[in-house]
Amino acid sequence: MLDQTQGYTTADGRQIGPVVMEMKNITLRFGGVEAIKDISFDIREGEIRAIIGPNGAGKSSMLNVISGFYIPQEGQVFYKGQQRPPMKPYQVAEQGIARTFQNIALFEGMTVLDNVMTGRLTHMKTGLWRQAMWFGKAEAEETANREVAEKIIDFLEIQAIRKTPVARLPYGLKKRVELARALAAEPSLLLLDEPMAGMNVEEKEDMSRFILDVNDEFGTTIALIEHDMGVVMDLSDRVVVMDYGKKIGDGTPQEVRNNQDVIDAYLGVAHD
Amino acid sequence: MTKAERADGPQSVPALLHRNATQFASAPAYREKEFGIWQSWTWAETLEEIEALALGLLDLGVKEGDFVAVIGRNRPKLYWSMVAAEMCGAIPVPLYQDAVAEEMAYVLNHCGARFVIAGDQEQVDKVIEVQEQLPDFEQMIYLDPRGLRKYDHSKLHQYTHVQDAGRAKRDELLPELTARQEKLDYDSTCVMLYTSGTTGKPKGVVLSNRNVIETSKSSSEFDDLRRTDDILAYLPMAWVGDFIFSVGQAMWTGFCTNCPESADTMHTDLREIGPTYYFAPPRVFETQLTNVMIRMEDASRFKKWLFDYFMAHARKVGPDILDGKSVSQWDRFKYNLGELFIYGPLKNTLGFSRVRVGYTAGEAIGPEIFDFYRSLGINLKQLYGQTEATVFITAQPDGEVRSDTVGVSCPGVELKIAENGEVFYRSPGVFVEYYKNPESTASTKDAEGWVATGDAGFIEEGTGHLRIIDRAKDVGQMADGRLFAPKYVENKLKFFPNILEAVVFGSGRDACTAFINIDLTAVGNWAERNNIGYASYQELARHTQVMDTIQAHVEEVNRSVAQDEMLSGCQVHRFVVLHKELDADDGELTRTRKVRRRIIEEKYADIIAALYDGSKTISTVTEVTYEDGRKGSISATLDIRDAAVAIAQQKMAAE
Repeated sequence: MLDQTQGYTTADGRQIGPVVMEMKNITLRFGGVEAIKDISFDIREGEIRAIIGPNGAGKSSMLNVISGFYIPQEGQVFYKGQQRPPMKPYQVAEQGIARTFQNIALFEGMTVLDNVMTGRLTHMKTGLWRQAMWFGKAEAEETANREVAEKIIDFLEIQAIRKTPVARLPYGLKKRVELARALAAEPSLLLLDEPMAGMNVEEKEDMSRFILDVNDEFGTTIALIEHDMGVVMDLSDRVVVMDYGKKIGDGTPQEVRNNQDVIDAYLGVAHD
Repeated sequence: MTKAERADGPQSVPALLHRNATQFASAPAYREKEFGIWQSWTWAETLEEIEALALGLLDLGVKEGDFVAVIGRNRPKLYWSMVAAEMCGAIPVPLYQDAVAEEMAYVLNHCGARFVIAGDQEQVDKVIEVQEQLPDFEQMIYLDPRGLRKYDHSKLHQYTHVQDAGRAKRDELLPELTARQEKLDYDSTCVMLYTSGTTGKPKGVVLSNRNVIETSKSSSEFDDLRRTDDILAYLPMAWVGDFIFSVGQAMWTGFCTNCPESADTMHTDLREIGPTYYFAPPRVFETQLTNVMIRMEDASRFKKWLFDYFMAHARKVGPDILDGKSVSQWDRFKYNLGELFIYGPLKNTLGFSRVRVGYTAGEAIGPEIFDFYRSLGINLKQLYGQTEATVFITAQPDGEVRSDTVGVSCPGVELKIAENGEVFYRSPGVFVEYYKNPESTASTKDAEGWVATGDAGFIEEGTGHLRIIDRAKDVGQMADGRLFAPKYVENKLKFFPNILEAVVFGSGRDACTAFINIDLTAVGNWAERNNIGYASYQELARHTQVMDTIQAHVEEVNRSVAQDEMLSGCQVHRFVVLHKELDADDGELTRTRKVRRRIIEEKYADIIAALYDGSKTISTVTEVTYEDGRKGSISATLDIRDAAVAIAQQKMAAE
């Protein structure tokens, strides 16, 4: 097991920092169903951490625990060294956690730019009255926030659709817009729920490149859930493998690939 | 200021820049849309930026006579890179950004570029991929740092860092930079551009300051370009036209060069800038027209009626109004009304509201497309040029614009038509040489400075307009000695939306015949609307009504060809609609969709024979290659049609 306070160096030479989020013996139940059973793992600063597993393994539930949306019945969540109390979603956002959704959750009728700007909401301090009347600090504040939004639009290469209503965009682009909105919050921890689901090979390559670039450019810590094993193995620094709510593997892609439990979970195992 | 000024003006591009920075100091020189806003630089700021980069380049060790390759999409910083290289006495070599690494390796090796200035990670990766093959390559500078953080920076520098280094060492390096600029004169090399190389390996065309400045000067005067003009720089930087428009003419007249945000936003940016001077190849105009027409199909009935009514009126009087001819008061009033309701908003949507001078060149443009834009009041003209001529050979003066000529010779250009019909020219813009290729230089440019264009054409009597008919090597003679120019006829056929591709035969024969490919989109659309069912291209191509339509098109082309005395022999007597589309996978077309005559002649020898022996049908089997590389064959029986031939002024065709 890795040391808690010290980082490590990845295969491609990036320096990974200390633990930012730690899950300790998490158990999550929905009535009689145990979605997550006694799972512990950590996420370190600057790394790309993947959670994988077969359908129904509890991956999305896990992500919702990390994001603070689900409160586990047992176990503790430590964020930046402090135990995290139950929180409202906006409090989570203020802590610097942003996410995208498996089934895109954008404002369909609004333009791409407006959607990205909603990601800046936690950074806006002026009140409703000033913003509506467009005077004083509100104007300067919007200009500053627009600049951040535009930099992200530029970064994700969606300039051409800046003024297009989201409803008119194809699926792959909507996914990218959602990533843009999450990035607009300038998160320190970014959670991606199946960022590549339903994409073709080219779109997956694009998205992979963006995820790597985000990590590289902004130093954002990323936790992602993904089904495509090729993508996960290429992208992530460390992988947690879940099956039926239990953790069956944790380590570098290479370690996970050679883990017998993981192979059994994915390929099935003969019952005697 | 440099001393490289003569009584009649600056003698190098850097000298022009110094002049502009003094005379038009606060006028906008470059704009680029970035982060959703048009960022702009005045001439004074441009000089500061370019100078900082040039000093930085000196610091990196750029020597006089070095080649500096520039790769990327149109961005002010890349234009500045070219001028900065010139300031250092080096020679900029812009490359096609979509070239694959291997093609790039050839060019970089050929010129022995020591330095490369690349736009982004994509271009950097390509150069790194081939750097083993480049013994002369030393350092690379990139603009966009994205994704490049982890790269080994021993040979790699960020653009802004190079500028910062230059600014820091300004005091030490400025005397050297000034000295180098003073050495530049009319005969020093301004730029080297590689021809795209449709025939063989690309050749490096060396253009001197004289070529660039003289051409920019005369062409700017020809079209009355002004300091307040705006252009949109969106065509490949490696193309000579872009260099002349965005560097040569921009520096000479001092107008503003605008760079789009990205290739995808080109259209929005075009609308926002509303250029006054605009260039586009025919296919751009074609696509825009098609888009307008498709959207009008979906418009409400009233709007569609309004559009059709006023467009018909525009076609009637628009070109005359543009040419300043007299038009009746009532027609003029109706045209103004149309401007208010249709033409104005349409031009605005297309981004052409302010176009004062528009050019198209490169290929033949369909007369309907050409007339459509002119009837809207857009001054669209044609020009004929080459890299070797620093673009301008001929251009159409205002008021003398027609779709079938390429205009009169530009100021300072002399034209000569050789025995075989090939066009030769001589001008101050004639290139210095092909770099490291004296044989090609000698075979293209003779001792007196006449350059062969490789195109066949003739000068129209009366008007003095040049008309290009075909590539010289494709032009032949028919059995009775009449001129045979296949592309001339093929282009006329292809202007019909229903015809995708046409191949005309007749060299050494007594009459011309043609293969035709229908356009599956256009004809399929027509079939759908007329409830004609079809299962495949082959079935639709054989349909009697389709054959009738094509025959009508061929006969119309024959009538128009017959009007031309010299080419009346090229009328199509018999034609066949092919059972398959000509395809690059089968080697029948090049990747850029140019017809490979020899291969087609061999492959379809049986059909050609049938076209000439008078048979009514022909059964044939053709081998095809599928996209995955498997081979199969199509067998078909084709109908051969006779087309009516119009009577020419010359002797009647033998039939």
